[in-house]
Amino acid sequence: MIPILQIGPFALPLAPFSILLMFWLGLSLAEKFAPRRGISADALYGLTMTGLITGLIAARIGFVFRYPGAFLESPLSLFSLNPGLLDPFSAISAALVGMLVYGQRARMHFWNALDVLTPLLAMIAVGIALSHIASGEAFGAETNLPWGIELWGAMRHPAQFYELVANVSILLFLGWKTQKSIHTGTLFLSFLGLQAGTRLFLETYRGDSSLILGEFRSAQILAWVILAAAFMGLEWIKKTQVYYQKEPDHG
Amino acid sequence: MKFLQLNRARLFYSVILILGLGWIWFSANPQSATSGKIPAPQAGFLAPDFSLNTLTGENIKLSDLRGKVVLVNIWASWCLPCRAEMPALDRAFQKYKGQGFIVLAINSTIQDSNAKAAEFASTNKLSFPILLDEKGIATRLYRVQSLPSSFFIGTDGIVREVIIGGPMSEALLMSRIEKLLQEGH
Repeated sequence: MIPILQIGPFALPLAPFSILLMFWLGLSLAEKFAPRRGISADALYGLTMTGLITGLIAARIGFVFRYPGAFLESPLSLFSLNPGLLDPFSAISAALVGMLVYGQRARMHFWNALDVLTPLLAMIAVGIALSHIASGEAFGAETNLPWGIELWGAMRHPAQFYELVANVSILLFLGWKTQKSIHTGTLFLSFLGLQAGTRLFLETYRGDSSLILGEFRSAQILAWVILAAAFMGLEWIKKTQVYYQKEPDHG
Repeated sequence: MKFLQLNRARLFYSVILILGLGWIWFSANPQSATSGKIPAPQAGFLAPDFSLNTLTGENIKLSDLRGKVVLVNIWASWCLPCRAEMPALDRAFQKYKGQGFIVLAINSTIQDSNAKAAEFASTNKLSFPILLDEKGIATRLYRVQSLPSSFFIGTDGIVREVIIGGPMSEALLMSRIEKLLQEGH
């Protein structure tokens, strides 16, 4: 666990840095992939930035609505760079709406755009796993297994490393999948299904699960629902969507 | 043939989903979630206990403050973000102290000095207790790697949030304190 990397007088918080770095790498990867699906790198950049900017603005506005009193006394906090003043639900909702509007105006095909965004999402997932290793969050349940690690006063499953291995494997699998002929939307729904499936499996080894109905892990229930939706989606797109042929190799 | 392939996929999905339900059932175990009994400077864990003297010589033990919302803020007088957030901490303390909120501003004296801590507190007219960590006990217990480090602790003594670095904005402080005070009631 290394939450802060001290470089001379500068203290670099590694958890947010990992996510930002993977976001940047993921965007570069997606920009390379996009033209193969008929979307220009500029259009993809516009789509991503629209999501990011609308998400950030909505996140702050959403937080202000939750705690109006705090901002009435210090209105300058509205412009604070502190990420603790953001509401994640508002951010995700607004980012999705913003990207949907941008995509429609740019005449992007819905499932194709999701496929093109998938490398970015897969890289962000790797970044989140790295941020958990840095911060010590998403820690494992206690264990006596020989590969347990000492963390937060006990020997624990290295749940953050399980997450990293799973997310890197998903990224590699999706990379292989892009080399094959597939229906539009398959890439995104495969990512969704694999993420949900691994979360359903790995949540068992987490030590910070929130429970529902007294004993069931709520993340597993949600993951199962997403997995079922991904399977239904995969069945549906096989019948309705365009089939992308793998481009012939030249040279 | 295509019909058979579709059915094979459906069968595979159904088996995975049934196995998934079985796994959820197998994983159901409230004991595996962190109970909050282990002391550690991380959200969800019991706040590590310490007993330190203030600038005025009074001894304060963290566990004696159970029932109050506590903000443990570890700082040093030479640290610019620490200095910058102190006025906001003081205003928050003044506003919420009547509702069961307290700030424990632990000067990491092992990397500072009593005189400088006292001078800073006096110049800025800080009204909350300034604790002196002369032997670095709290600095080590809370695994401080960067200053300031702040730990929001609920009325049950469990760490709710850790904020490394600063300065914290006043809105951030108010929102966290209000949430924890509401949880405590």
